[in-house]
Amino acid sequence: MAASKKKTKKSHTPATDADGRPLLYLAEYDTPADVMHAAEKVRDAGYSRWDVHTPFPVHGMDRAMGMPDSKVGWIVLAMGLTGCTTAFLLMWWTNGIDYELVIGGKPGFSIPSMIPVMFELTILLSAFGAVFGMFGLNQLPRHWHPVFFSDRFDRCSDDKFFISIEAADPEFDLADTRSLLEDTHPTNIELIQEEVAQ
Amino acid sequence: MAHYKPILDETPLVSEGTSFKEITEIVSRVTEQKAPRLWWILFVLSVSGTGILGGTIGYLLWTGIGVWGNNSPVAWAWDITNFVWWIGIGHAGTLISAVLYLFRQYWRTAINRFSEAMTIFAVICALLFPTIHTGRPWFIYYPLPIPNQMNMWPNFKSPLLWDVFAVSTYFTVSLLFWYVGLVPDFATLRDRAKNKIRKWIYGFVALGWRGSNRHWSNYERAYLILAALSTPLVLSVHSVVSFDFATSVEPGWHTTIFPPYFVAGAVFSGFAMVMTLLLIARTVYGMHDLVRIRHLELMNKIMLTTGTLVGYAYGMEFLIAWYSGNPYEKYVFINRATGDYWWAYWSMISCNVISPQLFWFKKIRRSIPAMFVISIVINIGMWFERFVIIVTSLHNDYLPSAWGNFTPTLFDITTFLGSLGLFFTAFLLFLRWMPMIAIAEVKMVIPQADPHHHPEGDDHGHDHDDEDEEDGHADLEPALAEE
Repeated sequence: MAASKKKTKKSHTPATDADGRPLLYLAEYDTPADVMHAAEKVRDAGYSRWDVHTPFPVHGMDRAMGMPDSKVGWIVLAMGLTGCTTAFLLMWWTNGIDYELVIGGKPGFSIPSMIPVMFELTILLSAFGAVFGMFGLNQLPRHWHPVFFSDRFDRCSDDKFFISIEAADPEFDLADTRSLLEDTHPTNIELIQEEVAQ
Repeated sequence: MAHYKPILDETPLVSEGTSFKEITEIVSRVTEQKAPRLWWILFVLSVSGTGILGGTIGYLLWTGIGVWGNNSPVAWAWDITNFVWWIGIGHAGTLISAVLYLFRQYWRTAINRFSEAMTIFAVICALLFPTIHTGRPWFIYYPLPIPNQMNMWPNFKSPLLWDVFAVSTYFTVSLLFWYVGLVPDFATLRDRAKNKIRKWIYGFVALGWRGSNRHWSNYERAYLILAALSTPLVLSVHSVVSFDFATSVEPGWHTTIFPPYFVAGAVFSGFAMVMTLLLIARTVYGMHDLVRIRHLELMNKIMLTTGTLVGYAYGMEFLIAWYSGNPYEKYVFINRATGDYWWAYWSMISCNVISPQLFWFKKIRRSIPAMFVISIVINIGMWFERFVIIVTSLHNDYLPSAWGNFTPTLFDITTFLGSLGLFFTAFLLFLRWMPMIAIAEVKMVIPQADPHHHPEGDDHGHDHDDEDEEDGHADLEPALAEE
């Protein structure tokens, strides 16, 4: 974003003492097939703190990256059960126990009439679970990220495909990681470095 | 979202040779360039409509809902007609985004963003009507289970209360679904932004999306779950709306066919509204490569199906009125077709049952002027359907001494036209500032998006290398997929 843009300008100068420690390598590819084959190589090299950035979800990439299944479903299940139970308890307490309304001679606590509201609250809380659970697992919103330091990364939401390997990865090595990425035939490799206040 | 693979000689969903970059360009530039003159003309008209709505509501709240034509036997009239009509229109958006998604109908990508936006704005218009119909909207918190000065809880056995829960859940879930779909596209607009304000605003709403595959994985799962939740939700909402009628003991309302009949009608009118809006936007903004005749034809087929379903429901209602042996029920139906409101009934039949039958002809199904006219006719018909159900049942029900007629006043008309103004104002602002077609999703259905696509593959790729076989999907690919 605006703030990170300014930094990008500076990081374009060749690596000197003014640049801080490396943050990540960013390799760029032209097609989904290229980035997928590259991802398989990075996976096999045993990296853990790395990512693939694509303009749209590429089918088969989870497997190529060796990622476990998404956990969003479990959050949704928990939230859905909470919604259903809350609705039941709410209606049972308010209409059946606390202040019984006798309308049309019907019992205050009657399950059939509770179904629609139980259903709606189940759906509502499940949807909250799906959306906020997804953003939570993804740690979004997060407006700051080293990948945004790159000028080329703007095209990640357009038509280019990227792999980023973080310097925090135990396998990370300035030379070795670079040569691994070079072997995957990217169209460009960039080292993103921390900005040092001058 | 699995990748779309055309079957044999099926027409591609996006014009052949359209690249990722072109898709970004076609959709994003609408929000970046100046609005076309036609946009401004429509916008001024719509804002005037919204002004009329504001004035009417102000006058209505000052004076009371007696400014409408509602009266003692016909206590529900245009307001509830408009409520049901708007809610029904909203339903097509959810149907397109959720149900077609679950059925892997990839053609939906061209129209889903549109129709989801339409859902949101239609539900806002819908919610307006019961809110002001309460007469004292500042007490609107009464249906919510919060302790109030009366020391009473809401009556959870009332379908009107179910409606509060159903419609507000529907609105919230639709809004979330829409927003989740928009996040990656906002990131696209953010990355293309040339000035600081755009960058900040789109950047803020894009939540720092960086196309990470670790994110896409959760994102796609959440999207699938939302689709799976929205599908029963959309069916439940119009069913609950129909319970408002079906659980009463009013002849013409007290029928078990109402829930499916209302849902079919909702989908029918919603598709018609999507069609009207889509044809305007497609022409104004030149989206011909992304919204193709094939998409429109498929939508027309759905309208033909749902129109026929609705026609069946009309017939079945009549049959059951006769078969029930209930004189009041029989009278109400004969009165609908031949009584004071015969013109409304026959407008409904000709607009909803007869007009979509023209879509049996391929020429009409693929003709833009024809489908534009029919889509508007269908929406008029669906408005009449709700009017017929509500007003004809109420105006002559049991004792002739309690009979009465309904005549709309000027304020009935201005509230309705004003709600159209509000809807179109919101919709035009959406077209102007948001990606009107789901950029990321359309990219997914073009052949280049498939990691097994071979751009120079003239030998028509049976040369899958080992990695391709490994991921277990090679066997699912139709052998001729790339021809």
